[in-house]
Order: sequence, then C-alpha cells, then structure tokens
Amino acid sequence: MSIRRILIANRGEIAARIARTCRELGIETVLAASEADRESLPARLVTRVVCIGPAHPSASYLQPGTLVQAALGTGCDALHPGYGFLSERADFARLCEQHGLIFIGPTSGQLAAAGDKLAARAVAQEVAVPLAPGGEVSSPDAARELAARIGTPLLVKAAGGGGGRGMKLVERAQDLDAALELAAAEAGAAFGDTRVYLERFVASARHVEVQVLGDGTGNVVHLGERDCSVQRRYQKIIEETPAPGLSAELCGQLHSAAMRFAARLKYRGAGTVEFLVDVRRNEFFFLEMNARIQVEHPVTEAVSGVDIVAAQIAIASGQGLRLARGESRREGCAIECRINAEDPARDFAPSPGLVKAVRWPQGEGIRVDTHVEAGTRVPPFYDSLLGKIITHGSDRAQALARLRAAVAMTRIEGVATNLALHADLLADPEFAAGGVDTAYLPRLLGRRASAAVRHG
Amino acid sequence: MSLTARDIAEITRLLEDSSFDELQLEIDGLKIHLRRSGAPVTAAEPVRAAAAAASPAPTATIAAPPAAVAVDPALVAVRAPLLGTFYRAPKPGAPPFVDVGASVEPDTIVGIIEVMKLMNTVRAGTSGVVREIRARDGTLVEYGETLLSIDPRVPG
Repeated sequence: MSIRRILIANRGEIAARIARTCRELGIETVLAASEADRESLPARLVTRVVCIGPAHPSASYLQPGTLVQAALGTGCDALHPGYGFLSERADFARLCEQHGLIFIGPTSGQLAAAGDKLAARAVAQEVAVPLAPGGEVSSPDAARELAARIGTPLLVKAAGGGGGRGMKLVERAQDLDAALELAAAEAGAAFGDTRVYLERFVASARHVEVQVLGDGTGNVVHLGERDCSVQRRYQKIIEETPAPGLSAELCGQLHSAAMRFAARLKYRGAGTVEFLVDVRRNEFFFLEMNARIQVEHPVTEAVSGVDIVAAQIAIASGQGLRLARGESRREGCAIECRINAEDPARDFAPSPGLVKAVRWPQGEGIRVDTHVEAGTRVPPFYDSLLGKIITHGSDRAQALARLRAAVAMTRIEGVATNLALHADLLADPEFAAGGVDTAYLPRLLGRRASAAVRHG
Repeated sequence: MSLTARDIAEITRLLEDSSFDELQLEIDGLKIHLRRSGAPVTAAEPVRAAAAAASPAPTATIAAPPAAVAVDPALVAVRAPLLGTFYRAPKPGAPPFVDVGASVEPDTIVGIIEVMKLMNTVRAGTSGVVREIRARDGTLVEYGETLLSIDPRVPG
C-alpha cells in the first residue's frame, strides 16, 4: 500500500531530514512535537504540527500511546520513529502494528531479537558470524568459570543494553563478583532486565559497521561499511566510509556477515550490524545490530547515492528493495563530524542555551544536516547534537580537506560546542593517516589536556 | 454607556444558549459582534458617529485587548493535559459533563481525553462558571490546547 501521510515521532536534525525526503516524495508529514519544539525548524518543514506533551521526553517523545494516538488522530498511515527515543522499542512497534499504522522500521519481533543482546548473539552464532568469546552467566560460580576461560580484561554487559549502556569493565578477576552485582542491579533499573553476560574486552580495535537494507522476506543488500572508531565513552563523533586501510577481503567478510545476520531475521527496513575489527589479527567480532536509521547514515548516502530514508519508506510501503544485491555504486569517500552542544574543556558537559548566531558551511561536496539556526533554543532535555557536517570527495584526502575547510567555516555562538576539537582532530596526522582505533580519541584528549596545562 | 466584563459575559451566554451562530448588538454607538463555532470571537468595535467625519467620534470603546470575550484575561483556560481524543460526555448520547453557563468547582469533571482506550478525566481546576467550550466533541486535541474557559469571578 502506498503511504500518503507520515507522523514523524522525533525531533531535531533527524526530524528535519525525514521531512525533506517526504517533501521530495510528495508525502504529507505531521510532526509530533513537544512543547519545547513547537517552533523548531522541523516544525516549519512539515504539513502540520501536533503538540504531544511537555518538553521532558518521558511525557512526550517516550509516550507510545500518545504518539500512536497523534498519528491516528491526524490521519497518518505510517510513523517514522527516527533514532533514539522509541525507535527500537518492540512494544511501540507492536502498538503501531495493532492499530494498523505502518511502523517505518523492522517488525516488533525483529526489534525484540536485535534488542536482546543474548538473542542477537545466538542469531550470529547460527549464521557463523564470529562472536567475541563470552556468554550468559546465571550464577557467580558459572561467571567465574567462564571468566577464567575468557581471561581478563573482560566486559560485563546487560542483555537489554546496547550502545555502551549497562557495561562494566573488569580488569582483575577478583573484581568480577562486584561488577556482576552492580551490572545486574543497574540493568534491572535501566532496562527492566537483570540478565547479564560476559564478553572478552578487545582493547585495541576498530568499530566498523555495515549498513543493510532488507525487504522483510529474506532479501538483503548492503550499502558498504562505515568506520566509527573515533569515539569517547562509546559516543561516536566522526564517521567515515569506506573504512580506511581495511583489506578488500576483510571488508567483503564484514559485508557478508552483516547480510547473513539480517537475512536470518528476514530483516525489514534499514539496519546496521556493528563489529569490532582487530586489524593486526585480521579478525572481527559481532557487536550488535542497530535496528533503525543511524545518525551517521549520510556518509553512506554520499558514496552510494541511495536516499536511505526514501529506501525505508519504499520498503515500509511494500515496494521492496529497489537495488538488487551488489548493485549499489560506491564512489569516493565521505566523512562526517557530529557537532554537539557540549564543552570538551569541561568534560563534555552539555551546553544548552540560545544559539545567537550560526553559520553553517557551504560548498562543493559539503552537506549539513541540522535543525539549528540563529535563535534556536537548545533545550536541556534532549541529546546535544546540533548538526552534522558531511563532506564527500573523490578520495579520502579530498573529503578530509573539504571537511577541514567546512569546519573552519562554521560558527556557532551562544552555546559551547566541540568545533575546536573537530578542527584539532581533522588536523592531527594520526587521524589523517587513517585507520585509528577506539583508543585514539581518549589519547588525543589526553594530549590536548596536557598541552592546555603547559600553555595555560 | 459602558459595559462591564460581566455584561459581556452575560451577552455571550445569551448567544451560547441560543440556537444562533452570530449576534450583533448596537447600543448607543457601541457595536458588539459575537460569533460561535470555534472562530475567534471578534472584538467589539467602535462605531463612528453617523455624520461626524470632522470631529473625533465620541465612542465608547471597550478596553483592549481587541478580541474581547475570547481573550478576556480574567477567564481561566482549561487546557488539555495530554494529547488525545476529547469527549464532552461520559458516553455517546449521554448529556455533556458541562455546558456553557454551568457552575464548576476545581474538581468538577469537564471532559474526557482518550489515549489508546485509556480515559483520562479533565477537571475544571478552578471554580466559576463555564463561559465557552472550544474543543469539539470527538476530535483530536493537542497537549496544552484550550478546551474551555471558565469565569472565576462568578461564584460557582
């Protein structure tokens, strides 16, 4: 069935992003906005705005019933959940399904399978996708036995967690019991699920993920990989494609593993399978599947020419995959910087406030996804993402040069940002050489801090 | 002559209780135009004295704000505490919880907002007399939308 009107159950840059593609497709949009977002830029890009509740997300963007009611009451036939908020909640997708509302994303069953990290590990095992040594532990004795086999350092992870949430690092075997107890308690409070599992901690690895699209009947294509190794406390700040310096063979293995995993679930929609890649040992491990559109999707769009939001809508309306396997083009390289309202000098404290003036970059090969303009208020209730600057070039050097210039051109006044950190990162020879691992950013931040002390 | 807010409220009630949609009233050069059906009620506008082009007309002007009744600052708006479908009556066919002119106490139920089959009662929150019912029965109301307004100056 064709989709005529979509409720956008999100805010910020992704709401604006979804609205733009809908406009191109001639699909009407209703923005479900909290009180704080009624006058936001996305609100001006949609056909209609409905106010779903107060600013605090627990009373607005995290209310499944309210969002479904808003969609039905405004005559929408589909709902786009964006990322974050309710986008990966199986119960929310189920509520949409029960009310005949198309959830632009996977089925509730697939969300449940991807969201339960132990279930996801089991799926990976079934299709021979490599897993970091580990497994579920149900008693302290079993945990000690498993820990002895895995060796330290290791991670205690929550089955209901993901994206770095609900994780404890254990460096010495004697700390295991305490970590287990703490992790289970935290997981119970955060996810309502006290199950935890152990996994070997890979200290020096790259975070590489593969973008897939599935039609829901077992057909899956991939749109290449993204390298997201520049992260701090599991928060990515720079992403790029292709992953620099990975052999074609290893990339091929990653693509194939991601497709096997998604095909096994008969995955519907856009999703990302994340891996840890140990380049020196030429091996990789399954991390998790993100069953939604991701913040960093534009780099993939830049090199593949595929509008991933349009692809999501096409799949949701039953048109299947427009690309057959292996058909997507891959031209050049693309890199993205996430510009956040946070202060690197104050341990990345969020910096809400009024954006007094802003100048986003423009030029060849530059794309900016943002909802921020002069006069935008950055509320303290939501994530601190102000926008994303994405550059595309015929090779990595050109994409990088364009990104350096684009970041230098950008001005944001009124709130603290990480722009200066990005400028340093992009100028750093180690990053420019390509192929940094997840320990790189903390190391760079350490160097910056000591330089500041010397100069201060 | 001058009209008090209370007089305006009385006139409004005349219209609300009638089967008419509009009311135009002229008293001593003061013209009041009231309209129902959700459209904002227009202001009472000063009328120029018939043949007084030269001199300023001795008009009785009702104090700003121009949209007299709808935004009477003394009226208290009862706003939707959440998004959902608004119902004026406990069930289809039943008499409404309140009508214009009804006296209410803070805990008087004035409507229901349904979210996914969950009925949430809406209470007046103040005592007074219902002056206007804005939200239509069975329609989607947004969070914070004005459902009805209450005149707290009239003892409930």
